[in-house]
Amino acid sequence: MSGGVWRDLVGQGPTIETLSRAVAEPAAMTHAWLFTGPPGSGRSIAARAFAAALECPGGGCGECRECRTALDGSHADVDVVSTEGLSIKVERVRQLVQLAAMRPSVGRYRIIIIEDADRLTAYTDAPANALLKALEEPTPHTIWMLCAPSIEDVIITIRSRSRHVRLRTPPVEAVAELLQRRDGIEAPMALYAARAAQSHIGLARRLARDDGARIRRHDVVSMATRIVGVGDAIGAAADLAQISDEESKASASERDAAERTRLLETLGADPSARTQPPHIRSQLAALEREQKTRSTRHARDMIDRALIDLASIYRDALVLHLHSDVDLVNPDALDKVRALAGVFSAEQLLAAMDAITEARDRINANVTPLLALEAMALQLRIPRDLGV
Amino acid sequence: MSPAAFPALTLVSGPEEVLADRAIATLIDQARASGADVVRLEATAYEPGALRIHASPSLFGGETCIIVRGLHEASDELQADLLSLLAAPASEVHLVVAHASGNRGKKVLDAMRKQDAVVIECPAIKSDRDKSDFVHKEFTRARRTITSEGVRALVEAVGQDVRELAAACAQLVADTEGTITDAVVDTYHGGKVEATGFRVADAVVAGRTGDALRLLRHAIGSGVDPVPIVAVLAMQLRQLIKVGAAGRGSSNQLASSLGMAPWQVDKARRSVGHWSPEGLAVAVQAVAAADAEVKGGGRDPVYAVERAVLTVTRARGIR
Ligand SMILES: [Zn+2]
Repeated sequence: MSGGVWRDLVGQGPTIETLSRAVAEPAAMTHAWLFTGPPGSGRSIAARAFAAALECPGGGCGECRECRTALDGSHADVDVVSTEGLSIKVERVRQLVQLAAMRPSVGRYRIIIIEDADRLTAYTDAPANALLKALEEPTPHTIWMLCAPSIEDVIITIRSRSRHVRLRTPPVEAVAELLQRRDGIEAPMALYAARAAQSHIGLARRLARDDGARIRRHDVVSMATRIVGVGDAIGAAADLAQISDEESKASASERDAAERTRLLETLGADPSARTQPPHIRSQLAALEREQKTRSTRHARDMIDRALIDLASIYRDALVLHLHSDVDLVNPDALDKVRALAGVFSAEQLLAAMDAITEARDRINANVTPLLALEAMALQLRIPRDLGV
Repeated sequence: MSPAAFPALTLVSGPEEVLADRAIATLIDQARASGADVVRLEATAYEPGALRIHASPSLFGGETCIIVRGLHEASDELQADLLSLLAAPASEVHLVVAHASGNRGKKVLDAMRKQDAVVIECPAIKSDRDKSDFVHKEFTRARRTITSEGVRALVEAVGQDVRELAAACAQLVADTEGTITDAVVDTYHGGKVEATGFRVADAVVAGRTGDALRLLRHAIGSGVDPVPIVAVLAMQLRQLIKVGAAGRGSSNQLASSLGMAPWQVDKARRSVGHWSPEGLAVAVQAVAAADAEVKGGGRDPVYAVERAVLTVTRARGIR
C-alpha cells in the first residue's frame, strides 16, 4: 500500500488509504480535491502521487512512464501550477479553465494541480470565482487538485465543491527515514534535521544538506539566552532580520539560477554563453523582475521560519518545566534549554511564545518586519546573562 | 581644468547614479570646451564595431570624446572592442567609461587602471551618515554654508531619495542667500510627509504630548498618510535604544558603528537620559501595535496613531 507512487508520502497512512480507494473505484471519482496540511507535510507530494496513480495503468506502480512523468511534473496531462508570487492572477486561472475543458492527450485524465490555492484569494476573490465556474460545470476526465495550508484558506464555495483530504504533521522518524532513503543522508544527521525542522520535509532536507542553514538556525536559537538589556533586544531583532535575509538569498540563488538555465534551454539559447542576443535578454530581464518580487515574499517567509525556530527553544524549556516526556526539538542545545527553564516560569515561557506568535501575525499583516521583531525581542528579555 | 589637461582615459566607477551622472556631465562640458566631438554609447544598445568607427581619425582632424556607459552590463563584443581600443590608443581620442559594480568588464577595468586612467569614485549613498556627508559636500562645492541642524532637516525631509536630495541642495543654493539653517530648509521642504513625521516624533520623544497631538492632527487633517509617521517614530525610538546601549565614545565613532549620522547620535544622546529601558520597551510595543493598525488591522488608523503617541509620551515617565 505505501510503496509505488506513495513511497515519498511519509506518515500519511490514512490519506494514502483514501486516495488508493479513489483510484481503485473510478466510477466514484470526484472531480475536485482539496489537500490541506501544515507547510512541509507533503501536500504537493500527495497531489502528484495521486495524479500518478490515476494516470498509471497499474494504479500507481511508481515505475512506469506515466508514474515517473506525473511525479516529476512533466506528464503531458498533468499540470502543476506553483506560485512563488503573492497571488495567482485571474488571467492565469482563465487559461487553466480553458485547459481543463480539453480532453486528455495521452493519459486517462487531465489533471490540474494548484499548489498554493490559498493565493487564489490574495487580493480579490476574482481568481477563485473564475475557478469556481469550472468546478460548477465539471468536464468529464478532468480532475482539479488544490493544495492549501488549511481549509479556511479556500473560499467556502470552492470548499463545498471539493473533497477534502487532510494531511497531518508526519512523525520525526518518518521524515528522517525519508531523508535517508530518498536523499542518501546519514541516519544521525537525518534525525537531527527532521527534529530541528519539526517534521517540515523540505526544510529538513535543506538543514541536512546545507551547513549554512544549520549555522543560521543555531544562531537564531542561541539568541534566546543572550537578550538581557533593551539594547540586546534591538540588536537581536536586527540580527534576526539579517539572518533571514541571508537564508533567503542562499536558498533563492540556487533556484534563480536553475530557472534561468531552464528558460534559456526553452528558448534554445546556450546557458553557458556570457552574453545573450537581445530578444533573449529581454526575456531574462522579465524573469529577473519576477524573481525580485518573489524575493520580498520569500524574505518574509524566512523570517517566519526563523521565528518558528526561535519559538522551539521556549517550547522545549516549557517541556522541561512540565516534566513531560515529549521529545525536545533542540536536544543539541540542551544547556540553553535548561538555562531558559531555570530563569523563566512556565507562564513567562508561554508569554514569550505568545510574543513570537504575535510578531508572526504582525509581519503577516504587513507590519515592518524589523519593528515587529523589536517589539517581540523586547518581551523576551531575561533577567541576567545566563552564560550559555 | 584647462582643455589641455582633459584626460585621455577616465573611469567613472561606483553605483551611485547621481554622482556618475554629474561626473559625466562635467566631463562632457570639459570635452566640448576643448573643442572635441562628444559621442555617447550605452552598453546595452551597443552595435559591435561602433567604437572603432567613432575612434577612427576624422577627415577634418579634431578630437573625439567617447563616453561608454554601463560597462557592468557590456556584451563580450563591446568588451573586446574596448580592449582593442585600449591596446592601440589614438592620440585624438578621449575615452570615458562608466562601471557601476560587479565583475563584468573586469578586463577592461584592469587595462584602464594599468594605463593610469583618472578614476572618479561614485560610492553608494545609503546610510544617513552618507547622506549628511553628501549634503555637506554639495554646499561646500557651491561655496555655501549650511548648519548641522540644516543638514539634519534636509536629510529628514527629502533624504529618502538621493536624486531628490541633490535637487533640493541645488534649489537651496539657487534660491537662498547666506547660511542655510534648519529654518531655511523648513521654509522650502517643511510640508513634506517625512518632515511632518520627524516633527511629530521629536515632540513625542521629548515628551511634549500636546505639541505631538496637535502636529499629528494637523498632518492627518491635511491628508498625510499615517504610515510614514509611525515609521519615523519607530526609527527614533530604535536610535534612542541603540545609542543608550552603546555607552561612551565620540559621536563620530558611534555614528559609524551604529550606521547613524553624527547629529542623530547627538540628538539621541540628548534625549535618552529622560528615558528608562522599561519605558523604551513599552514605547516600542505601542508603536508596533500602531503599525499593525494603520496597515489595515484596525478600523481607525488615526485613532491608533494618537493612542500610540499618548502611550509613548506616558512611557517616558516610567522609571
Ligand atoms: Zn505506473
